[in-house]
Parts: sequence; structure tokens; C-alpha cells
Amino acid sequence: MEIVLAIAIGGAFGFVLDRVGATNPGYIIRMLNLSDLHLMKTILSGIGTASILMFAGLLVGLVDPGHVSIKAAYLGVFIGGLLLGVGFAVAGYCPGTGLTAAATGRWDALWFILGGLLGAAAYMLSFAWVETTGILENIAGGKTTLGPIAGTDYPSLIGVPGEWIGLAAGLAFLAIAWLLPDRLTGASTPTVRAPVE
Amino acid sequence: MSYILPWRTGGLLLGAVFFAAVLSVSPIGVSTQFVIFDGILWDAVDPDVVVDSPDAKSGYSSPNAYLNKSGGSYAEDVANPLNYSFVFVLAMMAGAFLSSRLRGGLSPNERVMPAVWRANFGDSPVKRYAAALIAGFVVLYGSRLAGGCTSGHMMSGMMQTALSGYIFAAGAFLAGIPTALALFRKES
Repeated sequence: MEIVLAIAIGGAFGFVLDRVGATNPGYIIRMLNLSDLHLMKTILSGIGTASILMFAGLLVGLVDPGHVSIKAAYLGVFIGGLLLGVGFAVAGYCPGTGLTAAATGRWDALWFILGGLLGAAAYMLSFAWVETTGILENIAGGKTTLGPIAGTDYPSLIGVPGEWIGLAAGLAFLAIAWLLPDRLTGASTPTVRAPVE
Repeated sequence: MSYILPWRTGGLLLGAVFFAAVLSVSPIGVSTQFVIFDGILWDAVDPDVVVDSPDAKSGYSSPNAYLNKSGGSYAEDVANPLNYSFVFVLAMMAGAFLSSRLRGGLSPNERVMPAVWRANFGDSPVKRYAAALIAGFVVLYGSRLAGGCTSGHMMSGMMQTALSGYIFAAGAFLAGIPTALALFRKES
């Protein structure tokens, strides 16, 4: 059954990534150089929508709290984020969009994937050393959420019920998506969309 | 441009997919599967990389510290690639392939590099492929160091109000925006 769900949800995810423009590195680069915030608005409203549905689902008992899965916070999360950000801007690909872009027929994405496999292998080989540096030690409690989520053991930063904070955060993401302009740089010329293929 | 969904529709669908994942199984993540695929290749060359181990929590262990961590859970996925997360990523690629076929595919120029790269760095495929290769290395090293990527940390993490998700997103945009502003001054 899980495999059927993997095929259905994974397939839908890939299809939607293509239809929002995320498999086109032009859209990602133009999001990051702030000349076309289409994808930024899409991602923020996607997070907001998912957050509201999930926390509403937790409140009414539709979502199993056992499915909530929080990753640990440690200094390496920030450093890793910085590294991803640099490569994300140069290539216009992240791991998921690189794989889906290759599936749409982009050859540069194949080179990105090859580099990615080498980078992941380099991490596998250097993991034991990275661990000795201490940057993998948990900070702020590790697998921490903003507020406590009922039915889970995750630590939280503040005492207000996590479901309500989650709904508020979801609305905030939608509001930011709504309020962001179409572009922040080069506003003297109209937004030039990447060519359509 | 016609095939690109308006952000409201696109965001709603993207959100629905991330919700469907957490409703039915677990939050979406992608970058771990680069490690699993590396492990499968490595194990094919050297069968001692993943071995049965009744003492380990997962039933598998590895001499590699990373594959062996958390009770050998990555080692288990390498030994059994037909698991949820690996099949999810393969299906994701199939979904994108189907979508691109339905909209008529890409032009030969666009297949090699995006227009915004061409406008800033010229037509050389070698230059673009070399940059993509190095960027891929940095992105996956960073994702594994962080324990997740744009899907697992940024989207799945922030939708669940995970502190780690906000920290990751802050790092990614703090580095990504200045890099893109410096590199891509011409629009297309």
C-alpha cells in the first residue's frame, strides 16, 4: 500500500513541480535575483496551504500525530543551508528540481545530478570527521517546534498549543505570498518570463 | 508561458501534495535518496558495504559511519531500494516527465541551458555543464550536512513549524540571493 501511495503522491509532486515552473532553472535563478518572484509566491503559498491543512487536520483528528516528523536543529543545518543556497543560485537546481528537470529533458540537470551523487558520496566519507567538529550537536533542544504538538514528544519554544501556532504560521505564509510584489529588482522594465518550451 | 500555473493555483496544488504526504505516510524529502543511490552503486561494487546484522535496529549495518547511523536505517534502504522514499523520488521524476510531454517538451536550446544563463555567460555548454556539476556537488554536500533540502527542510520543515526548517531556509536565502544577484545581472 505504501508503494502505491509513493507512486501516486510522488507522481503528483513531480507533475506539479513542472507546472509551477520549478523544473525550469530560469525561474529559480530569477526568484533568487529577485527579478521574478512567481516561484517564491508559489512556494510560500504552498507552505501556508500545507500548514493550514495539516494543523487543522491534527485538531480535528484527521491527521495522525505519528506522521509528524521534525528534523533536528544544529549549526550544520545553517551551514548546509548556506552551501545549498550558493549551488541553488549557480545551477538553478535543488535536489528535487534537479531530478525532475532531468526527467523533462534538461541535459545540464544530468550534470547537476552527477555532481550531487559525488557530493553525497563525499559527505558519506567525511561524516565521521564532520561529527568530531561538533557542528552536528543539537541546539535549542534539537527536534524543536514553535509550539507543542499534541500526541508528539517534540520539545517546543513557547507554551501556546502548536496546532494554533501552526495555523497562524500558515496564514502568515499566505499573507506574505499575497503581499510580495511580482519583482523586487529591475522594476523599470516589465517582468520578462523565461521562454516557454 | 501558458502552461505555468498562476502562483495561487500552483501554491494550492503544491500545498495539497505536501499535505497528502503527511496525511497518508510522512513528510516529503528528496536529498537522502542521493545517498541511497550512491549506496546501491557502492554495494554493487563492494558487497561488504551493507551487510545483514541481526544486532542492529534495522537488521543491517555498514562499515561506513553515515550509512550505519541511526541503527543502520540508510543501510536498510540501500539493501531494500523498493521502499517508500526511493519509489517516491522515481515517481516524482515520472510525473515531471509526463507533464513535460503533455506540454510539448523543451526546445533544443533550452535543453542545454536556461535562457538566463545564456544571457549572462554565453552559449558554451561545457561552461554550463561544469558549473552545474560543481553546484550539484555543493548542493548535495550541504543538504546532507543539514539533514535535508528544499523539500525536506524548507517546505516540509516550515509547514510543520520545525525550528530546523526556518534555520535552513534562512541559510539558503542568505547565500542564494546575493549569489544570484552577483552572477545574473542580465535578465534574459
